[in-house]
Amino acid sequence: MFRRLPEDGRPVIRLSVDGQGIEARRGDSVAAALLAAGIVPSRTTPASEAPRAPYCMMGVCFDCLVEIDGMGSQQACLVRVREGMKVATQRGARRLVPV
Amino acid sequence: MTDSFDVIVIGAGPAGMAAACSAASNGARTLLLDENAGPGGQIYRAIAASPFKSGRILGHAYWVGENWINRLKRSGAEHRPRTTVWSLRATGDGVEIGTLGDGVAQILKARQAIVATGAMERPMPVPGWTLPGVMTVGAAQTLLKSSAMVPQGEAVLAGTGPLLYLFARQLIAAGAPPALVLDTTPRANRLRALAHLPSFIASRYFFKGIGLLAAVSRRAPVVRDVTSLAIEGAERAMAIRWRTDAGWQERGCDLVLLHQGVVPNIDLWSSAGCRAAWNDGQACWHAEIDSWGQSSEAGILVAGDGAGIGGAEVAAIRGVLAGLQTAHLCGRIDAGSRDLQARAAFQALARLLRGRDFIDAAFLAPRWSRIPEAETLVCRCEEATMGDLVAAVRDGAGGPASLKTFSRCGMGPCQGRQCGLVVTEALAAALGRPPAEIGHFRSRPPVRPIPLGALAAIPATDEEIGSVVRL
Amino acid sequence: MAAQDYDIAVVGGGLVGAAIAYGLCDGRRRVALLDEANGPISASRGNFALVWVQSKGLGLPDYAELTRRSSDSWQRLADDLREETGIDTGFSRPGGFSLCLSDVEMQHRVDQMRRLHNQSAVPHEVLDHAQTARLLPEIGPEVVGSVFCPLDGHANSLLTLRALNAAIARRGGTRIAGAAVTAIASHDGGFRLTTPSGEVAAPRIVLAAGLGNARLAPLVGLNAPVRPLKGEIVVTERTRPFLHHPVVNLRQTVEGGIMIGDSQEEAGFDTAVQTGVVATIAARAVRMFPRLSTLNVVRGWAALRVMTPDGFPIYQQSASHPGAFLATCHSGVTLAAAHAFEIAPAMGMGVLPSTVTAFTADRFDVQTAA
Repeated sequence: MFRRLPEDGRPVIRLSVDGQGIEARRGDSVAAALLAAGIVPSRTTPASEAPRAPYCMMGVCFDCLVEIDGMGSQQACLVRVREGMKVATQRGARRLVPV
Repeated sequence: MTDSFDVIVIGAGPAGMAAACSAASNGARTLLLDENAGPGGQIYRAIAASPFKSGRILGHAYWVGENWINRLKRSGAEHRPRTTVWSLRATGDGVEIGTLGDGVAQILKARQAIVATGAMERPMPVPGWTLPGVMTVGAAQTLLKSSAMVPQGEAVLAGTGPLLYLFARQLIAAGAPPALVLDTTPRANRLRALAHLPSFIASRYFFKGIGLLAAVSRRAPVVRDVTSLAIEGAERAMAIRWRTDAGWQERGCDLVLLHQGVVPNIDLWSSAGCRAAWNDGQACWHAEIDSWGQSSEAGILVAGDGAGIGGAEVAAIRGVLAGLQTAHLCGRIDAGSRDLQARAAFQALARLLRGRDFIDAAFLAPRWSRIPEAETLVCRCEEATMGDLVAAVRDGAGGPASLKTFSRCGMGPCQGRQCGLVVTEALAAALGRPPAEIGHFRSRPPVRPIPLGALAAIPATDEEIGSVVRL
Repeated sequence: MAAQDYDIAVVGGGLVGAAIAYGLCDGRRRVALLDEANGPISASRGNFALVWVQSKGLGLPDYAELTRRSSDSWQRLADDLREETGIDTGFSRPGGFSLCLSDVEMQHRVDQMRRLHNQSAVPHEVLDHAQTARLLPEIGPEVVGSVFCPLDGHANSLLTLRALNAAIARRGGTRIAGAAVTAIASHDGGFRLTTPSGEVAAPRIVLAAGLGNARLAPLVGLNAPVRPLKGEIVVTERTRPFLHHPVVNLRQTVEGGIMIGDSQEEAGFDTAVQTGVVATIAARAVRMFPRLSTLNVVRGWAALRVMTPDGFPIYQQSASHPGAFLATCHSGVTLAAAHAFEIAPAMGMGVLPSTVTAFTADRFDVQTAA
């Protein structure tokens, strides 16, 4: 769906999505990383499990919600990738874990 | 780091940066809050950490933003990035602002607040608009600016407004021309816009505009006078259909990028009680403000596109004016100094506003893409369709609040941002009353989602605790 | 504009007015329901949606009884509404809890419950932490204990209002929107209501306008001493179902969001959300169910309860203006079934049922005299 331009000289960051390793660049949002890796859909809705992916890339649509390092409902477009980050796509309503 | 300031500015786009610079350089203790990792807002996104070394692809209008970043660094204002604002309240004695940063919620106090939270893309509820692979032009532009990413495969741009062509040109410069541009600008707009043509020709926007359309048409197919759109696909966007006078046509695609202008983000300032007024020419809500940006609530000013759309340069000027006014209200400068500094700003503003009426009239989104047909989703979060809205009206919903309760429209995490304008205009049409009378969803804190545990840590007075724990 | 004639006109389209109008629409009379529609103050839009028995009626046995009967017939209301309109009100009666976070709270709650049980035989169980945890495994260690009542339940109050509205229309009742009543004139044979949408004439009227009743009641020789009592609520994003019993201040809706309340604030007509109040509400919720800590709050609101001096309803027919009725309460969801099945039919015949004779506003005069 998106490809990276050769002009981009930023260092590579490695993270995993649903257990699969992907490569991103330092400064990418998690949403950008997902799109560059072709991980689409990146979520299904609580109301009907409809497939969704990032839409606005500025934090006002909430369609890019993912789980990051165990914390659900994170807006992927507002969080920058970090080395070793564990991302999981969020399917349906958010799961709560016992504390 | 204190938690009490003269001025807190919310939003680090052009208006916010300019406001913070202006207030701080006039001696006000100033804090600039922004939810993003770096300053620049949407238009100057990632400017301080760009993946590009050359200015070629993004163009001059983007890179001027660097001036503001540099001035911000020198201004003495404190800048707190990655901080979300979820509440704003005028106390009569100043303002209280609820913030969330690194999972911790706090209430910050100041004497004055300047809300500069900018604009967002007008929602474009066409069939299939919620499918993966459908995004806003602004979203794709953000990916280009922050991550040097361009569409792969067949990308179709659809909608109306200068940004559509601006972005098409950026893509062409990046070697990724769009497969198709579908222009929905209504023919009728041309007539309406003619009335403003003289001021447009005299403005700075005229020559920019002419070159843009020609440059894009040379490298990408452009279809004009599109009167309907539908995006098809099951798991993702696979094809797009469009209608012109020649009938319906269809084309396969990998990505659809929608744009039909931008509209103010009203949620934060309206949650504080600042009055909104409906602007017919732009079909959206504006903040009721005076020439300094003073809202209807003492202690709160609104600057930039978040008050009313004017573009980045206008936003910066309005930020300067708001910053001056708050410095004055905090007693840091007298009215004479404020007025002297403001003179150049007011003059520049007059110059920049010339020609905007033409742009507004020419590119006002057509009604068919502002108010959708029956099966199309209106509320993306709760998945309420236009048909659900109509059924709710039939069952007695008489305005946004009762529509919300009957249909769940506006109850999801986006808190009515994506459906709000559609709801106002659809209700106006269904009930035969003007949008100004219909009103908008009532925005109340938290205006951004906040974890329950973070909210729990906010301090409460004995009286507040007593109202909950009743024995 | 010529007045529209009906047999009975209900003023106020919230849960009380709509339930009464619904009960009146039995095919034997022409019913009008007047609503200001989308007015700023609406208890029906902002309530917690409990159908609650365990804490109702201490000091007025008839209220405990009325509540019990309404709870017992709520399923019938839900079934009828679903059959008539296709709308599911989401009613369930799995039994509900009050959770206590300290020994003092526990003592207070148990004491109240015992006294109510002695007065009106309300079934309940007093549970310690371990017993509560067997029924609600997600409770946190700070929960000292609870009171459980098998008759407690909840519904979706918004869908209930919508279903009532739809059913009224289907049954041939007339809903008039934009109809805030500005004047009531009485003459032989009935009443004339003036509204921005025109005039409505009927030999019988029911004032069910919530806080608006204070202004309207004296126009027909009645007294509605109601005041606003502010309550604040927050709702979280949807999460997978885990809480199958409502707690008096915390419940999971059918859609999956967690609704959490509540406060009681004497704040006049102010409906601004106070961050300190919702923070306190959030803090207690996290102590009750620690796993909620990371769940996002997506909405907050404040609504105004319609509160009488003793908290109990007022049902009364005017002595000076026979045919004019007053109905007000702050438990419009719980009492919806009683309003529809018990009180409305009597009003339709020009009387109130004997079960509600204790609910006139005259009881307040007795209090002040004493």
